[in-house]
Amino acid sequence: MNFFHRHRETTPYLLLAPGVLFLAVFFVVPLGFLAYQSLESGNFDVGFSFTWAWSNYWNAIHDYRAQFVRSIEYAGIATLLALVASYPVAYWIAFRGGRWKNLLLLFIVAPFFVTYLIRTLAWETILSDNGFVVNTLQTLHVLGPGGRLLATSTAVVAGITYNFLPFMALPLYVSLEQIDERMIEAAEDLYASKLHAFLRVTLPLSLPGIVAGTLLTFIPAAGDFINAQLLGSTQNHMIGNVIQSKFLEQTDYPSAAAMSFILMGAILVFVFVYARLVGTEQLTGTAG
Amino acid sequence: MSSAVAVETRHERRGFLAAAWAFVKHHILTLYSILFFAYLLIPIAVVIVFSFNHPSGKFNYVWQGFTWDNWRYWNGVPGIESAIILSLEIALIASVVATGLGTLIALALVRYGFRGRATTNILIFLPLSTPEIVLGASLLTLFLNLSFVTFGFQTILIAHIMFCISFAVVTVKARLVGFDRHLEEAAMDLGANEWTTFTKVTLPLIAPAVLAALLLCFAISIDDFVVTYFNSGSSVTFPLFVWGAARIGAPPQVNVIGTAIFVIALTAMLANVLVQMRRQKAAA
Repeated sequence: MNFFHRHRETTPYLLLAPGVLFLAVFFVVPLGFLAYQSLESGNFDVGFSFTWAWSNYWNAIHDYRAQFVRSIEYAGIATLLALVASYPVAYWIAFRGGRWKNLLLLFIVAPFFVTYLIRTLAWETILSDNGFVVNTLQTLHVLGPGGRLLATSTAVVAGITYNFLPFMALPLYVSLEQIDERMIEAAEDLYASKLHAFLRVTLPLSLPGIVAGTLLTFIPAAGDFINAQLLGSTQNHMIGNVIQSKFLEQTDYPSAAAMSFILMGAILVFVFVYARLVGTEQLTGTAG
Repeated sequence: MSSAVAVETRHERRGFLAAAWAFVKHHILTLYSILFFAYLLIPIAVVIVFSFNHPSGKFNYVWQGFTWDNWRYWNGVPGIESAIILSLEIALIASVVATGLGTLIALALVRYGFRGRATTNILIFLPLSTPEIVLGASLLTLFLNLSFVTFGFQTILIAHIMFCISFAVVTVKARLVGFDRHLEEAAMDLGANEWTTFTKVTLPLIAPAVLAALLLCFAISIDDFVVTYFNSGSSVTFPLFVWGAARIGAPPQVNVIGTAIFVIALTAMLANVLVQMRRQKAAA
């Protein structure tokens, strides 16, 4: 008899131990430290001390309300744009892709093969003041003679949308691909118009994909600061920019920590409201 | 006579327009999808094209002329070579460790019912639903409070393993769910012990998923900027190099490396897809 036979009930814990321990020490404990830090007062030079400084939270909300609102707004718009833009394509691949499906999916994830920062820099090139896009829009008088795209909210939202698009398209494809096409045919046989069949059959059945895609896009988008930094101006800064500069440039750790928690809290609220609407099992993938 | 011709051409034109409209209506989804793919691929094309640019100033924004020099002297910019090496080292170690730990967790979650299973699921799910900036910031606070930690290779590595584990678990779990346990039971009935069963039966069956997890973790690690930025100290990975270079105008060598990474990743994925397509064709 070996060890595993005698201790069957301990086997799962032995398998879990190393990974879960790692996550506990380097994910859960740091969050604890962050929470502790967020209630400290003082500054980098004289040192920080724990004083239950809830004022860090109120001040963060008071001083940076615009950036918080902007983060939610930009992430929300980008998520919606990504959903509307990629749904038809996910549908097309799922139902018309045939044996080319995998190849087409490869095109969808292709942007991920280019380093995140480099593809954002590519957008900087495309939208730059002397670039083709700006010149064309100026010729068409969509933009005024001095008009620009860089350093506008349009550029930031466009960048976010592009960078997280595959996160939306892939789950959409997965849920659409699982739909039995005969269900749609049945609806049409029963005299549903094409639009009706879509709204009453296809769309509800693809809901899990919409939910997963929305979360996968919205969460990283809300915390992003790279697009705002490279494509926007300080007028377009999001809460990520503030957290980043407070932590790494101004060494104002307590208020940066408080802001991180507000961001995380806002996102968790969003996730749980969503979870209540669609069921936790679907969300965490624990259904399997 | 002439009016008859005019009528005819008008007819033809209407016929042509109607046909065009019918074509558009029928293929609208396809046409839209082509536009969509163009949108996805244009920035990639820009990255590739500008890797051959010969910029006159320090800004690589405007096309000036074709040159091979950026490729020939890909490491001609100080710091770029060491940044790439550091990124590769971190990605290699982080993906192996994270996939190992993640595979074990996935095995426990799918195979066994035990107390704390739901909690474990949440623990795995949480890092995936936490914005990267919060992951980076919280690790930074931990390391700042531990006086014996020096920022650099080890802190970056720990950070990368941490955010890769959940991805590895999810990837391997997906494969294990459809796994036929009878195969293992058969091996045990035939006298194999648990270890032999694991190495001879279980591991070969989940090998594709483990490989997928490995590649995914490698890709995520080598691309990571945010968490690394918070925990790197003075070490510079490739994304950090790009960030630093972008402030003063990124040199075309950045595009060269970006293109190289893209081509390598695309080739690997393309080979995988083609093998799958051939297999599907053989099965059909």
